[in-house]
Amino acid sequence: MKKVLEGSHAVSEAVRLARVQMISAYPITPQTHIVEAISAFCADGTMNARFLCVESEHSAMAAVIGAASSGVRAFTATSSHGLAYMHELLHWASGARLPIVMADVNRALGPGWNIWLDQTDSLSQRDTGWIQFYCEDGQEVLDTTLQAFRLAESVNLPVMVLLDAFFLSHTYEPVEVPDQEQVDQFLPPLSPRIQLDTANPFAIYQMVAPSAYMEMRYNIQLAMELVTSRFSEIEDEFETIFGRKHGPLEAVQCEDAEIILATAGTTASTCRHVITDLRKKGEKAGLLKLKMFRPYPTDQIRRHLGQAQKVAVIDRNFSFGASGIFAQEIKSALCNKDVRPPVFGYVAGLGGRDVTPQTLEEIYWQTKNNNIPKDESVWIGLNQELVESWSN
Amino acid sequence: MPITSHTPLTPYENYNISLFVEVKKFKAIIQLLKNGYIMQEIRFHGRGGQGTVVASILLAKAFFSAGYYVQSFPLFGVERRGAPVEAYLRLDKKKILIRSNVYTPDHIIVQDANLIQNVDVTKGLKPEGWILINAAGSPESPDAFSGFRLALVDATHIALENNLGTRTQPIINTAMIGAFARIMGEPSMEMIAGAIKEDISIQPEKNIRASEEAYASVNLYGKVD
Repeated sequence: MKKVLEGSHAVSEAVRLARVQMISAYPITPQTHIVEAISAFCADGTMNARFLCVESEHSAMAAVIGAASSGVRAFTATSSHGLAYMHELLHWASGARLPIVMADVNRALGPGWNIWLDQTDSLSQRDTGWIQFYCEDGQEVLDTTLQAFRLAESVNLPVMVLLDAFFLSHTYEPVEVPDQEQVDQFLPPLSPRIQLDTANPFAIYQMVAPSAYMEMRYNIQLAMELVTSRFSEIEDEFETIFGRKHGPLEAVQCEDAEIILATAGTTASTCRHVITDLRKKGEKAGLLKLKMFRPYPTDQIRRHLGQAQKVAVIDRNFSFGASGIFAQEIKSALCNKDVRPPVFGYVAGLGGRDVTPQTLEEIYWQTKNNNIPKDESVWIGLNQELVESWSN
Repeated sequence: MPITSHTPLTPYENYNISLFVEVKKFKAIIQLLKNGYIMQEIRFHGRGGQGTVVASILLAKAFFSAGYYVQSFPLFGVERRGAPVEAYLRLDKKKILIRSNVYTPDHIIVQDANLIQNVDVTKGLKPEGWILINAAGSPESPDAFSGFRLALVDATHIALENNLGTRTQPIINTAMIGAFARIMGEPSMEMIAGAIKEDISIQPEKNIRASEEAYASVNLYGKVD
């Protein structure tokens, strides 16, 4: 049934429909609505699940690691400082090959204390061995969360589903909420790879010597390499049942595009509107929506961007001393290609600053009017007076 | 702008020729929306605790029942009781792709007339846009709204008559959305009632009645010269 649903509640509904058995979380704005709704489902019997309140995000991740190790479908959600606080255990979850699903609402890190959108929180977890999906609207959030359980359980790696703070987490829009029967058909109960059992005790997560550690790491990479094909199969099956598909990335009007804008999250949605407008003005503009960030779909990115004259990457994140993170990754995907478009990197909309259609058009024209990209990112809309008043 | 009981403007219903022309003009705008040529953006002004965000969600749900794509979101701040808050609603016949804030609303809804002294409520409001204010009587000096269309509804009185909230904290949001539905000609009262029943577990019937009374009693003054 199609309902007007908040982005956060699209996650909660998916968790309910996925028949998750254990949830542990610690509240943090703007993640709170996700876990509030889930805890209500657990309290009123809508979900047959255990909701474990803990004193920190570090403990929340430890608790879901424990639950997943005992063969239970487990979920948590967090944001920003909460995700940073989990960092140690994010490595643990992937190293232990546990199919945990987590929603992270992309929020800025402080100081300056800021509750608004910034994707640096999750992008700075890129090397933790988690699969990452950046979503653009409520429907994609619900669908991707359901698919995340199938994928995690198929390759035994944890999955992070990302939502932009407020522009997605607190926005109400029509979302198709599937029937339980359909979801049960798509997502069977978890058949765990490992299951701690008091009746049959064994030890796991032991010391591993140099003679075996590298092989364990290599196996995680092999599992990551499986993701692209597995996700494609899972999406095909999802489409057969639900009639929808989003793809690990999406190329919009890229075939004949001279300039392609590449971005992730809700900015991709606004970008769809902008390229339609630019096309009406006779501009050959395209959009590459980046959804799957780990594993990184290098081949597909090369294929879609290869024919363009220029690529403009819009990053709502930043790696200090380097550049926008998506721009770095796109450059690295293209660098071994003989013929490749120049990559222009822009940083915009940090800490909840708005990225409007006008911002994106400005980025398009800057790219069109310059022939050689700068090595460093171009920061959009800086207030120079503020910059100078705080300069070192 | 002080709102008093004087009546310098003619309500819409008693319209003369110029108001008649104006009614037709606004109907033409609604027709453009219905046919998918334009999007409409509505900004809600209220105070923390007045159900401003809830009003935007209820209206979104009712417009969704009427066949629209909707997008509703609050101004992303740290909400405190009594502090000015804003919420937004986008309406379109096509899927809404823009995910940025609303800067040039087509219409505004003001849940507390006292806000007008502190907040620039007409900021960015498009010419001829509707301003719906929760106020008793009629505007004494509507110059501040010149170029816009004005409507007043005594939502506080309606809320108190229906025992919604307390004398100091009346629940006025359901009356406001009823009045706004009258301005737009949509959504129907059945759809508003449906949205209230879905979301409001405390006294839904009284809220529906407040919405209906506001629909019936809102004064549409039309364009302020």
